[in-house]
Amino acid sequence: MERLSPSARRDAYGSKINRAHSPVLAYGVPWLTIMIACLVPLLPIIALAPIVPPLGYLLLLGWRLSRPGVLPMWAGLPLGLFNDLYSGQPLGSSILLFSLTLISLELIEIRFPWRSFLQDWLIAALFIPIYLLASALFSGAQIGFDQLPILIPQCLLAVIAFPIVAKMITLFDRLRLTRVKRIG
Amino acid sequence: MAPPSANRSGSNKKAQLGLFAGYLAAGLGATLGALLLAISLWRPETFNGMRSMASDAAAPVGEAGAATRVGSRNFFEAIAGYYNAGSKNAELEEEIQIARVRLAEARALEQENERLKAVLELTNDDPPPVATARLIGSTSASTRRFAYLSAGTSDGVTPGMPVTSPLGLVGRVLETGRETSRVLLLTDTDSVVPVRRATDNTVAFAEGRADGSLRIRLINLGINPLSEGDIFVTSGAGGLFHPGTAVAMVSEVTDDGAIGRLLSNPAATDVVIVQPIWQGETLEAMEEPLDTEPDSE
Repeated sequence: MERLSPSARRDAYGSKINRAHSPVLAYGVPWLTIMIACLVPLLPIIALAPIVPPLGYLLLLGWRLSRPGVLPMWAGLPLGLFNDLYSGQPLGSSILLFSLTLISLELIEIRFPWRSFLQDWLIAALFIPIYLLASALFSGAQIGFDQLPILIPQCLLAVIAFPIVAKMITLFDRLRLTRVKRIG
Repeated sequence: MAPPSANRSGSNKKAQLGLFAGYLAAGLGATLGALLLAISLWRPETFNGMRSMASDAAAPVGEAGAATRVGSRNFFEAIAGYYNAGSKNAELEEEIQIARVRLAEARALEQENERLKAVLELTNDDPPPVATARLIGSTSASTRRFAYLSAGTSDGVTPGMPVTSPLGLVGRVLETGRETSRVLLLTDTDSVVPVRRATDNTVAFAEGRADGSLRIRLINLGINPLSEGDIFVTSGAGGLFHPGTAVAMVSEVTDDGAIGRLLSNPAATDVVIVQPIWQGETLEAMEEPLDTEPDSE
């Protein structure tokens, strides 16, 4: 008797028989996770200096780098607006930075379509300091040149946190592509 | 991962247009963001309503976070107590519990005594508080230093009110929603508090430095009289802050003043008190235009 391959009926995303991906999950999970990450200021941490990595931005980078199709290029406007409402930055700063990030990632994508995770991390390590520096400039806080080192710990933390965020995104991605819809 | 084929338009006219529309939308988004940013830097109060509505909507998240923190502590204590109970005489256990609480209380009192001695019984004649609330979060990822407070206009909080903890000044209310409000912490670079040295009347300004310390700028320049360990309290100038609330301790003397350490670290304070504006009536009267024209009759 011939046997079916074990992956013929089931794979990591669930049963292949009678089930399909849900478009709501497939398109909604990236948006939802980024928006939840933007709520970081509501964590019960009262920080005296900027120290917590900008999780919303990290998730945006992670999703865009690992799954180029899921976020449209205009996603920077709504997501940035949501981030601005909670981050304490003047309204518009994240809209501008998120949009510019998505445009420049698109250009990088055209030049380097095939990347390994290390290259993704390198790109993130390039974008995060620029984002933090620009946010500090746009924040309206009077920060002198000698006070810029206060950004360094946050910057390093964010760069180090990126692989963890990327790993989290792969878990969310599995949830995103779980076959939950019943056919017939 | 390689991009989906939509990124390669080729000679497909429709795909080319779609790609172009994507760039256009993203560019418009960026432009809109730049415009909004310019407006909110020029007039920072423009979007306050939107922001406080948003934080009102998300306040339950913060409250839940604070509540689980307290709840989980009790939860583990409960489990630990249950685990040990079998091996101990119940009466003895109770006694020990009471003794422990007393000891903790005594220690806390001792510490509080030390601190209060350090700030020279400065919190004796506090006005009745407007509200007692919890700090439910802070903008920990941004360079600005704001905190979210779990009390808003429904509790009588209005912008400008000083926020204090038992250890000293925390900041002042910047904008209010119905259930939450945003507090400008002392360490924000926009925060300037008129202070004086607790022991004499050396007046100065305490400005935030965004990194957790304060810059104390003396008003009368000359020989710098400060030394490490000096305590600064609010002077009451400006009519906003009640005089005599502890603010900072000098940790490093500089040419034109000092660098101070916050006495009331908001990271260590859970519950804070919102005080009324010290000379609210006077301030309101000053803002109204003067009646310069006397009655003609």
